[in-house]
Amino acid sequence: MGLLDQEFTEGNIVIAKTEDLFNWARLSSLWQVGFGLACCAIEMMATSASHYDFDRFGVIPRPSPRQSDVIIISGTVTLKMAIRVKRLYEQMPDPKYVISMGSCANCGGPYWEHGYHVLKGVDRVIPVDVFVPGCPPRPEALLEGLLKLQEKIRNESMVKKSA
Amino acid sequence: MALKTEEMVLNMGPQHPSTHGVLRLELQLEGEIIIDVIPHIGYLHRCFEKHAEAMTYPQVIPYTDRMDYLASMYNEFGYALAMERLMKIEVPERVEYIRVIMGELQRIASHLVALGTYGADIGAFTPFLFCFRDRERILHLFEITCGARLLYNYIWIGGVSHDLHSDFIRLTREFIKDFRPNLKELNDLLSFNRIFIERTANVGVLPLETAINYGVTGPNLRASGMKWDLRKDDPYSVYHKFDYEIPVGSGEKGKTGDCWDRYFIRVREMEESLKIIEQAIDQIPEGDVTSAIPKRIKPPEGQIYTRVENPRGELGYFIISDGSLNPARVKVRAPSFVTMQVFPELCKGFMVADVVAILGSIDIVLGEIDR
Amino acid sequence: MKTAEEIFKILKEKFGDSIVELKSDKPIDPFVIVNPLEVDKICLFLREEKDLLFDSLMNLSGVDDANGEKVKDEKGLETIKGGTLSVYYHLESTSLKQKLTLKVSTNREKPEVVTVTESWKCADWHEREAYDMYGIVFINHPDLRRILMPYDWEFGYPLRKDYKNPEFYQGMKVPY
Repeated sequence: MGLLDQEFTEGNIVIAKTEDLFNWARLSSLWQVGFGLACCAIEMMATSASHYDFDRFGVIPRPSPRQSDVIIISGTVTLKMAIRVKRLYEQMPDPKYVISMGSCANCGGPYWEHGYHVLKGVDRVIPVDVFVPGCPPRPEALLEGLLKLQEKIRNESMVKKSA
Repeated sequence: MALKTEEMVLNMGPQHPSTHGVLRLELQLEGEIIIDVIPHIGYLHRCFEKHAEAMTYPQVIPYTDRMDYLASMYNEFGYALAMERLMKIEVPERVEYIRVIMGELQRIASHLVALGTYGADIGAFTPFLFCFRDRERILHLFEITCGARLLYNYIWIGGVSHDLHSDFIRLTREFIKDFRPNLKELNDLLSFNRIFIERTANVGVLPLETAINYGVTGPNLRASGMKWDLRKDDPYSVYHKFDYEIPVGSGEKGKTGDCWDRYFIRVREMEESLKIIEQAIDQIPEGDVTSAIPKRIKPPEGQIYTRVENPRGELGYFIISDGSLNPARVKVRAPSFVTMQVFPELCKGFMVADVVAILGSIDIVLGEIDR
Repeated sequence: MKTAEEIFKILKEKFGDSIVELKSDKPIDPFVIVNPLEVDKICLFLREEKDLLFDSLMNLSGVDDANGEKVKDEKGLETIKGGTLSVYYHLESTSLKQKLTLKVSTNREKPEVVTVTESWKCADWHEREAYDMYGIVFINHPDLRRILMPYDWEFGYPLRKDYKNPEFYQGMKVPY
């Protein structure tokens, strides 16, 4: 299981592998870049508000990409904006993760057919870890996406580098 | 030896915590004072008008939702009203009342987001949480009616898609009872707070002549002193049956038309919307809500321009039909697009921190500007 | 409050041939067709005249009339030759509570309309959008450049009926 079942009953000593410890630290405090594009951004703000709290998972919005771990692409990415999204992703320090929220960021959404200015899926410019479907996804769906990302981080290995 | 000063260009890029969406502002500064602001838009241009020409008339409604995503009910309302006038359809009275109730609830929800994020921009985080807590109750009301929290596809051409839920009226009455003291709490926290007044009074004054020439409408025009509201001046649906006031800015804490006026108008509008909803719930008749929806929508050849009072101003739909099942042209006159034009005029002579205050007070939504 | 016929008569007396006709046969709004190269003088008159006082421009929109003929060009793609592009103006008087619709039409190959930004500053961005989407050039406009599409978009004007999507833009694949 996790780290807590290796605890001695008296005293505050926990024994764990270094990998587990680092992964646990990373997934418990994912700081996100405050980056909302369109309608999904309102659901992301509602997830950060008090009804469906994001803060209890350790997620705080930070204004700058240089101080954050995860970027949630919430909303439609247009061709004009795609270049800037790529630059923001490159400004984030390693290890970094990407959650693609909403139908528009996954595959172009309702604008897939006649959208001449819409990028059909943000994974055409940056690598994505978790896709959250919905238009817009409910706050519970976004929280599940976050939990899946935490699963993925928990199983990361320091020796084998991911892509 | 004299000091040499230079102008500097500062970029408030598309990703910024305080621009409400993807907006790029190029600020030309002399020290801390602003000389000019050049807004760059188009980062969310999602080709609504091209989609509207390719879809049939009822299929356009989900796309109209997504333009101004904070006031989706009103976008659908405007489109349905334009098509019903073009095709000369009479809707049942129950449908009109339902549309008004949904529209006014949506107005309250939209203003709550505007005020909450405005407080967060200025630096006060608590009103943001309070406003979103109240907004969750309104979204719950929408969810039990049509199943969606944010983008509804509820108001169709000729009617609405579902009738009101059996608990709707009881829950709405409870919401109104709980919301009035919360409004008073918001006033005590934010509106009459000394620091908030210092930051927003006398900042970004919009004179009335400039506002009319630039085509500004909605709460921004009313804050500059003109009593102009499309619900009373160009009435549509059943708004003429209700008794409510139109708040006008009067320069209570500074000059008429400053940021505090624009902010406080929205608080007073929420109170008036509560009055309209109460009266509508008392007067709503029985009836069938889907009886007037036609099987195939094929309007006659012609064109029409209709406008409704969005929470942000005058939302206009210009529809040209050529007699077939798809529209020939749908042009949306978005209020935020027009208000963004006057923004550079408001900022000249103020400091960089005031840009954030002014941008929050004019309440733009980028989905509407870029369509 | 004046009707469209009365306003049409007043305009016809003052401007003569620049006012082409009043069309009110199709539903719903009647509109007045005017000359595209004289529309700025007409709009200034409409704003200043004491019986008319149209102090607010509600909407300005470009339209592709789709009345040209479809031909296949040398690469086998379908384009439209001939035909017109139009601009519709919706005006309103807040003091006298009256409305008016104007229409101008220009040809598709070289569309040119005079700007009305002297009368209403509101027209500035609306005309930039009409240029961006249809390619209509507004003479004497203070700053005519693209507003919604990227500034270096060279693949045409998107809302025309014969617009074709490019395959790649700056390394990103555009179609689905």
